[in-house]
Amino acid sequence: MKTFNYHTPKDVKEASNLASTSSAFLAGGMTTIPSLKLGLATYKDIIDIKSIKKLSGIKVSGKSVTIGATTKHAEVAASKEVQKAIPALAKLAGNIGDAQVRNRGTIGGSISNNDPSACYPSACMALNAVIHTNSRKIPAEKFFTGMFETALKKGELVEAVEFQVPEKADYQKHPNPASRYAIIGVFVAKHKKEVNVAVTGAKSCVYIDKDLSKKLSSSFSSSAIEGMKVDDSEMNSDMHASSEYRANLVSLYAKKAVEAC
Amino acid sequence: MTKITLEVNGKKVSKDVADHTLLSVFLRDNLNLTGTHVGCDTSQCGACVVHVNGKSIKSCSTLAADIDGSKVTTIEGLAKDGKLHPMQEAFKKTHGLQCGFCTPGMVMSAVDLLQTKKNPSEQEIREWLEGNICRCTGYQNIVAAVKDASTKM
Repeated sequence: MKTFNYHTPKDVKEASNLASTSSAFLAGGMTTIPSLKLGLATYKDIIDIKSIKKLSGIKVSGKSVTIGATTKHAEVAASKEVQKAIPALAKLAGNIGDAQVRNRGTIGGSISNNDPSACYPSACMALNAVIHTNSRKIPAEKFFTGMFETALKKGELVEAVEFQVPEKADYQKHPNPASRYAIIGVFVAKHKKEVNVAVTGAKSCVYIDKDLSKKLSSSFSSSAIEGMKVDDSEMNSDMHASSEYRANLVSLYAKKAVEAC
Repeated sequence: MTKITLEVNGKKVSKDVADHTLLSVFLRDNLNLTGTHVGCDTSQCGACVVHVNGKSIKSCSTLAADIDGSKVTTIEGLAKDGKLHPMQEAFKKTHGLQCGFCTPGMVMSAVDLLQTKKNPSEQEIREWLEGNICRCTGYQNIVAAVKDASTKM
């Protein structure tokens, strides 16, 4: 691993001021450190934001669940408040990676990295999340812009993620048996006025399946989407799953999620 | 360089480390605690699992500087007064190892499981050990060891 300077700013302003074109914010490091070790990324400065107290913690109100950027997956999974307000979100967090990854990895890191197979982005999309940064509030659909790309600008840092509490929700994942990343992950959320079906793992970036969402919005039952064909033309195809297989899984796992709601 | 102070297996340690030093490297090369193994080095195999402030983590994917001020327990810190930890005893009793390379990580991970869940089911043990890969024994005796230890911890 190439050398870098390690910084531990005490507040967001200091962290933001340290940022440059050759820096990265570090939270749990579950992607950043392996990327550095493999030489996939090199930075002059690593800015560890875990000492900034206000970035960690969970707040639940009647309508929303707000999770601080450096809150670990294990904390979200074990939170009684999250389990009560949005059980699907606690379940999703409890199935990311493995126990040791969940003891270090954070929600802010996951969404800022925007891995096309990460779990959290699907929850953000389906639960109409708003991403709070140090300079603005970004709706999830504008935050995830492409493969490993987000709307974040230089020095901009995720502070918290605010999820809308749905009437019902569930997340179903078909994990890669080695990495536990989603070959397909489908997050179904039934809100008062609409149903969102967010899909991760299938394409280069998380997305809302408009057809499935529309069908379920008019009739929230698994029979409404039984056997529905999903277009596979933009889907990933690799050694783990062909695009046709992924398309079939999207339809199947959406159904499973609705049944589990 | 960053000066870090840790409590490792109950002993205070203060050293200057290069900023990019991994915890696994620090434990093995600076403290000579070679019980922490480095297998895949890409945070998948779990041979490098240690406890930081009581929680199991992968030391090959953690910077030493990042855990400044923490308490670290490695496999060398489990036995007390020459007596094996109940988890180590259970691995020995049920023959939960073959070549032994993955064992330090397995044991540290399993100890963390029993700290949070007193009587895990076989399914829960298998799910928890997803981050630990063994290429010899096929897991049967490892799961049996954790089950056995759960009656004694």
